[in-house]
Amino acid sequence: MTETILVRAVTLVDGTSTDILVRDSRIAELGRAIFASADRLIDGAGLIALPGLVDLHTHLREPGFEQSETIFSGSRAAAIGGFTAVHAMANTSPVADTAGVVEQVMSLGDRHGYVTVRPIGAVTRGLEGQQLSEIGAMANSRAQVRVFSDDGKCVSDALLMRRALEYVKTFGGVIAQHAQEPRLTEGAQMNEGSLSGELGLAGWPAVAEEAIIARDVLLAQHVGARLHVCHLSTAGSVEVVRWAKARGIDVTAEVTPHHLLLTEQLAVGYDSRYKVNPPLRRDEDVRAVREGLADGTIDIIATDHAPHPVEAKDCEWEAAAFGMVGLESALSVVQASVVDTGLLDWADIARVFSKTPAAIGQLAGYAQGIAVGAPASFTLYDPSVSRVFEATQLRGKGVNSPYLSTTLPGRIMATFHRGYATVLDGELVDAETVAAAARAHDQAGVGRG
Amino acid sequence: MRHLLSTRDLSRDETITILDVAEDMADVAEREVRKVPALRGKTVVNLFFEDSTRTRISFEAAAKRLSADVINFSAKGSSVSKGESLKDTAQTLAAIGADAVVIRHGASGAPHVLANSGWIDAAIVNAGDGTHEHPTQALLDAFTIRRRLHGADSRGHDLDGVSVTIVGDILHSRVARSNAWLLTTLGASVTFVAPATLLPIGVENWPVEVRYDLDIALAAKPDVVMMLRIQGERMHAAFFPSAREYSRIWGLDDERLAVLAADSIVMHPGPMNRGLEISAAAADSPRSTVREQVANGVSIRMAVLYLTLSGEGGKQ
Repeated sequence: MTETILVRAVTLVDGTSTDILVRDSRIAELGRAIFASADRLIDGAGLIALPGLVDLHTHLREPGFEQSETIFSGSRAAAIGGFTAVHAMANTSPVADTAGVVEQVMSLGDRHGYVTVRPIGAVTRGLEGQQLSEIGAMANSRAQVRVFSDDGKCVSDALLMRRALEYVKTFGGVIAQHAQEPRLTEGAQMNEGSLSGELGLAGWPAVAEEAIIARDVLLAQHVGARLHVCHLSTAGSVEVVRWAKARGIDVTAEVTPHHLLLTEQLAVGYDSRYKVNPPLRRDEDVRAVREGLADGTIDIIATDHAPHPVEAKDCEWEAAAFGMVGLESALSVVQASVVDTGLLDWADIARVFSKTPAAIGQLAGYAQGIAVGAPASFTLYDPSVSRVFEATQLRGKGVNSPYLSTTLPGRIMATFHRGYATVLDGELVDAETVAAAARAHDQAGVGRG
Repeated sequence: MRHLLSTRDLSRDETITILDVAEDMADVAEREVRKVPALRGKTVVNLFFEDSTRTRISFEAAAKRLSADVINFSAKGSSVSKGESLKDTAQTLAAIGADAVVIRHGASGAPHVLANSGWIDAAIVNAGDGTHEHPTQALLDAFTIRRRLHGADSRGHDLDGVSVTIVGDILHSRVARSNAWLLTTLGASVTFVAPATLLPIGVENWPVEVRYDLDIALAAKPDVVMMLRIQGERMHAAFFPSAREYSRIWGLDDERLAVLAADSIVMHPGPMNRGLEISAAAADSPRSTVREQVANGVSIRMAVLYLTLSGEGGKQ
């Protein structure tokens, strides 16, 4: 038996106030002063109800790098961040380049039950950029993989990229490209510009990203395939994607919360928490990616949540690992960077952080948002609070957050995944309760959503 | 002065203080007993993650002349090469009771990390970090220039109006960076000369003039020409086609030496590639300050260790 939940007087993204009745894992009713008995009553006053956030770019590290993150810990980090689905990148060990690995990742996610875990398959075997991985087997597996990426590495060989775009088209999938020309970024440490020269850190030039995106949109056009650009970070990349879309090329692009908020100036103290790939860029790049997101050139926000053990960051800059955790802080950073600045409203956020990423990943259940009959995957967010973000607010294994000790707006107060709670009163529901609810959901035969 | 991490952090007054204290330290070298008890009981660790015998022995001599105890910790062949982290090494040195750590490291910013990490409470002196800075080299260069210009009356002087041309691999040079900040802080005008491949992106925003043509730069009769060492491996990374071409276009050969004003000086941080970036005649000419630079290096490093460890430095 699944729980009946009634949320009172919450605000929808269009500004209207409503009650939300959840029954049998779906949104049963919307409207003011719903009269119904419920197992759980939640006061939604002052909270915004957003459809469950969908991350198209998450590193869960399992299998192989469980000291950094596991599917369990990463799922909990996602839930406390308001997510109900994440796409797990393929750079695990073994690499997610076979049906066996992607099915294992998916089923572990299902068992823990905090979020839907959708595996991303590797484009090339072992992420080595030499030959295609078993894309068809992964697409036809129980995991039904639709997004393929060598993220962390670029599919830099132009012919291989062409073949990948064509072959994935066969299965209705999309290539998510990590755009980084490898020769132009050998040993690269931070954005190349005046500051990298002064700090003596090897530069990661914008052109290394823009040149690959330019090449790939032309390849996608030539072979009539879909392309998704991961973590676009420069003003020039926004221009290239804008140009490609104007030409009718089937390309989508994502930006991370950190590229919407932070700049390369943070590298000045050599604090490796700010070391990330692609690197933090200039002020004008931050402005350009915000504007690109606002005008639709950039389709979605994705976290690139990249947990690392403490020792991978507790060292000199050049020895440190690239990446920052982002699931727990994502919505707050998005609020600070593009909502509070007036560029996007909450309806836009629902589109770029739930509906469209689900559409790109071909994940069902998110097309309608919060609507009667839709799976009850949504999150309740209090945008009015402000908090000093601390490591105690992280729920994944990684503490490599660039926001520690900074003040961020907003807080996730509750998250519901397929009709059951994963977060209540701003805190995670315990693992056994969530796992039991997930089993009950599956036994109720509502199906995956 | 708590640490010496970068010349960029130094004000004009702080810099002149260091140079003046170095003058006092140079006087020590003239005495019969070349040793003062200023740092007796202090422990200075030379923590070298890169081989640099020249810099290490200069710091070692400096510390010993101040009566400090010196521990040389070469990362080569130690636990560091077996994967020990900078953090563990730093905490080991803290436990040993190091008062100052002189660090040479291949990673830019490693001294900053050490100074701000909380791993160790010692004074940190940057002895060269990656392609970032080499502050004591710039200080000894400024000291050398000032002595050539003002001799025994150097104390208190800045470098107002002095023109310095730095030639070579600016991109990878920590010496060029430290000098660009320090010499301009002291009032000198600095010109970089290099092929575009060996200039950092964004160098136009630095407080220096940039030229590609060495002959045009030398025709302006700079007071100082500083030649930087060219690493052989740069050739293979396509920064320039061959040593011969580099030498022909950017080397200080005998013809170019002859163009210089009679009182101009030729500097090189060493070690030199004779016949590549500098000809033997240029290296050995009376204009050359190469050996003075080495001697002055000890005085500068004495001053820096004294000011960071004596607890009264920097703020005069």
